[in-house]
Amino acid sequence: MTTSRVATMRDAIADLVRDGDTVAIEGFTHLISFAAGHEITRQRKRDLTLARLTPDLIYDQMIAGGVASKLVFSWLGNPGVGGLGAIRRRIEGELPAEPLEIEEYSHFGMVARYTAGAMNLPFFPLRSYFETDLPVANPRIRPVQSPYGEETIYAVPPLKPNVAIVHAQRASAGGDTQVWGLLGCQKEAAFAADRVIVVVEELVDEAVIRADPNRTIIPGLIVDAVVVEPWGAHPSYVQGAYDRDNRFYLDWDPITRDEEAIQAWLREWVYDVADRAAYVEKLGPQRLASLKPGPAPSGSVDYGAYR
Amino acid sequence: MFQADPPRGIRGMTETATFTKSEMMIVAAARALEGQHVCFVGVGLPNIAVNLAQRTVAPELEMVYEAGVFGARPSRLPLSIGDPTIVTGSTAVVSMLELFGYYLQGGLIDVGFLGAAQIDRFGNINTTVIGPYDHPTTRLPGSGGACEIAINAREVFVIMRQSRRSFVETIDFRTSPGNLGGAEQSERVRREGGWKGRGPTVVVTDLGIYHFDETGEMRLDSLHPAATLQDARATIGWDLTVAEPPAHTPPPTADELRLIREDLDPAGIYTKS
Repeated sequence: MTTSRVATMRDAIADLVRDGDTVAIEGFTHLISFAAGHEITRQRKRDLTLARLTPDLIYDQMIAGGVASKLVFSWLGNPGVGGLGAIRRRIEGELPAEPLEIEEYSHFGMVARYTAGAMNLPFFPLRSYFETDLPVANPRIRPVQSPYGEETIYAVPPLKPNVAIVHAQRASAGGDTQVWGLLGCQKEAAFAADRVIVVVEELVDEAVIRADPNRTIIPGLIVDAVVVEPWGAHPSYVQGAYDRDNRFYLDWDPITRDEEAIQAWLREWVYDVADRAAYVEKLGPQRLASLKPGPAPSGSVDYGAYR
Repeated sequence: MFQADPPRGIRGMTETATFTKSEMMIVAAARALEGQHVCFVGVGLPNIAVNLAQRTVAPELEMVYEAGVFGARPSRLPLSIGDPTIVTGSTAVVSMLELFGYYLQGGLIDVGFLGAAQIDRFGNINTTVIGPYDHPTTRLPGSGGACEIAINAREVFVIMRQSRRSFVETIDFRTSPGNLGGAEQSERVRREGGWKGRGPTVVVTDLGIYHFDETGEMRLDSLHPAATLQDARATIGWDLTVAEPPAHTPPPTADELRLIREDLDPAGIYTKS
């Protein structure tokens, strides 16, 4: 038996996220740990560099909550709905007291950065950025010549977050973590990070993990804390467990356009809420029930027993 | 809504259907995918156009989503390009590293279908900022996967509404390369740089269908029903090249409209105007 890494969200964030850290809460529209983002905001962490391909509502909320001084990203928006006002206002300089530095890549560039971080490489080469203004806007995107020919392509630097936070369907107490549905770049972000927090819908016995090892994306080896937080990805979704709460994403549009409205929302749903369990209770059972998908179970495979 | 006048039926149909400019744009964009095999689906309008194509002219179309899905068979219109419906029933779910590395950069994508905030006559695209980068008047979403899609997909289709603010002489920021400064330069740079893609080939708007001429410049080849040359010229910020004479886009069929209104966008999110 491995050591249990199970912790409360409060303790995990208090112990593992420090002011000034680079934090990556990854998950591409799927499995976004809003629960962790809210706890970081509640604990009033400061001066963070937040990294994520798509800052999404969670970083809009956290940046409105004043936790970050810098944002590293590749696509800034409310997916399928509109913009992210709290971030936009700070980039456009409407709130001079709360400036937000940005460092911008493309999706492939961000994925490549995590991959270089995970692989302990000094850079990652990719066929992107040619003849665009992106390397001008971000001088860390640099040309590199092939050592085997004349060809020049672009390189991005490794991204090694101090902390990566990943939401998943299930993990063992030791932190062996399984995901199905969109995989995004959570594996790359976790392997690149110094510290890893896994937040799961369900804690399972190690035997469940070992019965289906192909589904494991992160081993307990690199995990520092396992937090059990059902509905912890709401209003994003968890494949097979609950759908995206699209009403929330639509309702966010008028809130994010108005700095006072966003601060009021943070008071009601973050600062004045003790933890995720209280948030879930406040959402109410009807709202949650409306998000449950019908069943579509996978076929099963036989791994075979070998003696 | 407006009355298509006069009705130009296709496949022998002669009904007089009413439809919005956005519906016509989505239908024309979907039809452009006839005969295509593997399509990388961009954010926004491309999403509904490609889903319509899979239900009409291109039932075998392999839809690729940057979230990490090959061969999506969505049962509802995905709310975003990361919707769980693109996973259930798909051929493969892969990490984004594999999706961008093996599928896109490896050269397996026939068409990258993109939207844009600004486009110039050579099909170069801006989705980053309006105004200077350091002090933007409007901050836009940024590249997402568009930059590498424009470089690595075999060809690029663009769908966007026309306006003087979006079809401009000079874009404020080049996020995704098109035909650069013209066909000659574009062909040379792409050949010498080993790019897989030949660049933009089709632009579909709410007024018409554009292809690119031998100089690499956008040319109006087909006007949608009820759209006029004056409308097209009034909403483009350069001296527009027009095919002589431009064709007329057949209006949406009853089946295409039913699919959009009942299956894909019952709330009218993409099709109101």
